Order: sequence, then structure tokens, then C-alpha cells
Amino acid sequence: MPIKRTLFEKIWDAHVVAEPSGYPPLLYIDLHLVHEVTSPQAFAGLRAAGRRVRQPLRTVATVDHNIPTTPRGTPITDPIAARQIEALQRNCREFGIRFFDIDSPDQGIVHVIGPELGVTQPGMTIVCGDSHTSTHGAFGALAFGIGTSEVEHVLATQCLSQRKPKTMRIEVRGTLPGGVTAKDLALGIIGQIGTDGANGHVIEYAGEAVRELSMEGRMTLCNMSIEAGARAGMVAPDETAFAYVKGRRFAPRDREWEKSVDRWRALPTDAGAHYDAVVEIDAAKLAPFVTWGTNPGMVVPVTGRVPEFTRGSPDHRIAEPALKYMGLEPGTPIEQICVDRVFIGSCTNSRLEDLRAAAKVAKGYRVHPKVRAMVVPGSQTVKHAAEREGLHEIFVQAGFEWRESGCSMCLGMNPDILQPGERCASTSNRNFEGRQGRGGRTHLVSPMMAAAAAIAGHFTDIRNWHFH
Amino acid sequence: MKPFRVHKGRVAPLDRQNVDTDQIIPKQFLKRIERTGFGEFLFHDWRHTHDGKKDPSFVLHHPRYKEVSILVAGKNFGCGSSREHAVWALADFGFRAVIAPSFADIFASNSVKNGFLAVVLSEAEVAEIMRRANEKQDYHITIDLEHCKIHDDHGFTAVFQIDEFSRKCLLEGLDEIGLTLQHETEIAAYERSHPVSLNMQHLSVS
Repeated sequence: MPIKRTLFEKIWDAHVVAEPSGYPPLLYIDLHLVHEVTSPQAFAGLRAAGRRVRQPLRTVATVDHNIPTTPRGTPITDPIAARQIEALQRNCREFGIRFFDIDSPDQGIVHVIGPELGVTQPGMTIVCGDSHTSTHGAFGALAFGIGTSEVEHVLATQCLSQRKPKTMRIEVRGTLPGGVTAKDLALGIIGQIGTDGANGHVIEYAGEAVRELSMEGRMTLCNMSIEAGARAGMVAPDETAFAYVKGRRFAPRDREWEKSVDRWRALPTDAGAHYDAVVEIDAAKLAPFVTWGTNPGMVVPVTGRVPEFTRGSPDHRIAEPALKYMGLEPGTPIEQICVDRVFIGSCTNSRLEDLRAAAKVAKGYRVHPKVRAMVVPGSQTVKHAAEREGLHEIFVQAGFEWRESGCSMCLGMNPDILQPGERCASTSNRNFEGRQGRGGRTHLVSPMMAAAAAIAGHFTDIRNWHFH
Repeated sequence: MKPFRVHKGRVAPLDRQNVDTDQIIPKQFLKRIERTGFGEFLFHDWRHTHDGKKDPSFVLHHPRYKEVSILVAGKNFGCGSSREHAVWALADFGFRAVIAPSFADIFASNSVKNGFLAVVLSEAEVAEIMRRANEKQDYHITIDLEHCKIHDDHGFTAVFQIDEFSRKCLLEGLDEIGLTLQHETEIAAYERSHPVSLNMQHLSVS
């Protein structure tokens, strides 16, 4: 009887180039995504060693982290950011890499444009010098973040020396209740297993609720895998995935398409295959979530309260600095927490479906006078598609700022940052101290919850929202 | 890469769990295009008050922890962003190793590439080192990567595990790219049997 293998193991096995004794296996990388922040030192290393980029056709670059989201054409006022962007432009020219520059109609957050362009495909190994590379696992690819030394390694060799991670199956039973999105599922999982709950593992998300997610929902879910410490997150490719990829600019066509789909159909985990860990999630028990602390595992349902811990307990020791930083009193109902800023965007939640969901909430309302809210589409393609549907008009009429694409306030490397003490409802992925600006207080939520907070001025349960 | 064999150094305790890479090196300092010069920004937001002054209460500013080269911290050290700048900042500041009960995967991998050692010890051992670093003046420990052992001058000893490949890379300061390129024949053979798909070839810039 053949060995039963998981989705991860099938992709892993198909990419092992060599297994030198005493060394970890050498894994072939099908697609390498590059951005401005984690690549300059890698290109400098290549240059110093007289090495070339081995596979320019498997390498795609864009600018996303640093760039302003004000109208294109306005100069980049931060000279150090400008220097980093220029370095990538120069490096792509010198090494012959396809580059979607700031003025390209295909520019966007690297994890948004990969799928949009069709370069992200099932069964691939995909890396990028960015921890949220796990996003691409939504397509049934093995996609993980790497450091700059590994970026250089892949540029030079198209391979990585990798120890085989363990596998974890997260089985989501039942279907997501109304108002509960992929983001809430991700936050619910991290809340249950913790921010290091999946360290050393590749997660495969499975179960009815996962199968029912759109590709955009699956991307949101896989994106947050790293917040549970996972090396990668994946969903088995199916008709939903194939339909998304088909016809995209760099996706296989014609006979090659048929052959690819045949190959992809063999990828899902064999019945009875073994996982190193299995976690079960009951979808019916999930709610719209809001983080209260300084890591994504510090999360409660919107109907809950800021948790209270017994003084001196281990949990209290961890919660105390988080609560101090967040300026929150234990026991405060989440719905009574007022926000100053709202950010809808990031590689987690900036795709068309996210913007549609937020616009549906915002329609016919006005942003609360004390709140400044911004919507930052994930890519130029998302932006233009949203504008064709008139979503931007809904946002602008409601008082949201409608910006150009980029990472923006998810990490505040560009001018979009929180001021000290400002509280933000954010659709991004990290509520770490200072992530969105020094002293800024981030609460992670879904796009609908963020839009509702912008209008109400405080967190509010989207399940009770009156839609116009 | 600078090899790591045996290192004796002063220890600073950072009694926090889940120290994320945004704390180790905040994003506003990621824009340099060199690998050097990040040390002065290490733990920037913890080391400085909002008005930019040095915060004397932060552990690395305590006179006792001057010229430290070993950091001991809580579990899941280095979680979050993949930024290798976190390791560069620690190394540039003068650290050669961090000891913790666990590390985030990407941070651990980035460490090895920079001749920087991430040592995993048990919660109890970490707590003991943390206690001694808090209580003793001029507390030093010795990390011996050749024998995977740690000891201080006051009777504390511990052994740690590290995968053989990482250990070899650190001990010998190996160039991993050079090692991989020794497999040129296998890589080329793999590429012949797995060509870039036809439509992806339109990514060509020429």
C-alpha cells in the first residue's frame, strides 16, 4: 500500500533537490517574491560575491512597505525610504528581475499581487522576505517567510536548505455563524492555541468552514498562521482555488492549464495520513473578535470584557504590561472601548471582498466625528476594481479616506502612523507595541468590525448592525 | 561569517515573553540598506522615553549590565516579523547569544546565518539564569557550542541541543550559499525536469 501523505508532504517531497548526509534537505523554490525592505542587503551580498540571480523568471518584485499611500506622483519625503526604493529599482534592473514599480498598474502588497497576477499557484514552493508569505498557502502552496540571508540564498541558488517542519491539522467543524469572518476564525484559533502554539509546524486548515471560504477568506486565514508561530499555513486546492487562478496573467494556459489542474487535483491530503498535531475548532462557538492586548493571542469576543487575572498569577504577569501599554482597565466591556483611528487594509484584509464587506457596513452612515478612518486597498488592481463598483464613493461619502495601495499603517514604515496614545481598530495582523506607531494602541478586528467601529466611535457587535 | 565556538560573557536578563522583532528593532529603523549600524536602535522604544531620552529603568541601561554579550529572555523570543535586522541589531549591539525557553522559527534560522547563537534551555534553567543575572554583580556565563554546554562560575551547568547542521555552520562559520552551490549538478537536473511554465516566461524583462 502506498504511503499516505499530507498536502504538505506531497509538495515537500516534490521539491527536494538533494539530501546531503549530515545536512538538511535542499528544497527547490518555485517562486520568490521580493520587496524593498528585506532585499537590499541580499543583493549587496550577491554583488560582493560576484553571483547572479539564478532564476529571474521565478523572481517577482514590487514596492509596498515604504511607499506613501497619498496620490501617486507626490515625492517620497523620507530620504532613507526613497533610497531603499531606489535600491530595489536598481537591483531589479541590474539582475534582470520583473519589477512592479510604484507607478505600475500591477503594484500592490506583495501578498496581494502574487495571487492577482496568477504567479501564485497550487503545489508551488513560495518564499519572500516577509513573515506573511504564509498567505499564499491559501492556494495549496507551501509558502513561508524567510530572512535576508535566505533571500540572498534563494536569489543565488533557487534553493533553500530546510529542516522539515512538523505538520498540524486544524479542523474547523461546522460553519461560520453570520458576522463571523475568516479574520475572526484566525483570531479565534490564535486565541485558542497561543502565539507560539504552532511553532515548528506547517498548519493545514481543513473542515467545512474552511472549504466554504472564498479564496480571499482563505488568504486571510493563512496570512495569520505566522501569528500562531506556524512556519506556513495551507488549504487543500479545490475548484474554488482553480477558478481563482484560471485566466490570470501568468497562470498556465490551454494544454498546460489542463495538465496543471490534473496535477493539482492529486495534492490534497490522502485519507488517513498522519499529522504531528491535530486541533479542533468548533465554528459555532466563534464570534466577531477584538484583541485587547499586545499580541494577537490576547483576544476576546466583542461581547466580552478586558480580562481580569488574579494578581501574581503567570497570566497576570504577562497581561499587566500589555494592559498598561493599551491603557485598559480589566473588566471593561469591549463595546465601551472608544477608538481614535480606523485602518482598513494590509495583506490580511485589503482585498476586494474585504472592501465590499466594509463598504456594506459603511453605506449610508458617517464616520464618527472623533474618528479618523482610512481605507488602503491592497493593490492598484483592487483599488480600480473597487472604484468600478463604486465602493470608494460609499467610503468617501461616509468620511473614510480612500488611499493608494501599500502596506501603510499595518506597520507604519511610511507616513501612515498612529500618534502616541491613539487607539486604532485595525484589520491588520499585529497588535505589537509600537507596531502602528510608537505608543499607538492597536486592536485587531475584521473589516466589518473596523467599519462599524469607525461609525459608532467604539467597538460594536456587527451581528446587531443595521445595514442600509 | 564569524565562527562561534566558546563564548564567555556578561548576562542581561529581559524578563518578558514573546519579545517580538518589532520590539527588538522597530520599523522606523529598517530603511538602511546595509547590514550594519542597527545596534544603536536595538529595543529602541523600551530604551527611550517618548521624548527620546534614555530610559534609565530599562535593563540594558543599568550599570551592572554594561558590555553584556548574552541576553536571557522569556519564551517565544523573536516572534513576529521575519526581519533579519533583529539579529543584526542584537549582534551590532554586542550580543553573541540569546538564551530562552523557545524561539520563533524565522528568528532562530536568521540567527545561525549571522554567527549568532539562540540557545534553548528549559523554563527552570532560564529562570535560574535570570535570577542569578538579577542578583549577582558582574554575572558571566560560558556557552560552549563544541560540547553544547553552559556553565557559570557559581556551580550552574546546563546542556542544550541544537541541530547538527546549525552547529556545524556556527562552529565553522560556513557560507551556506557556497555549500548549496556544491549541488549544482542536482539543481540543474531538477530545473531541467521542472521548467518554468510557459506563461510565467512572460515575466521576462528583456
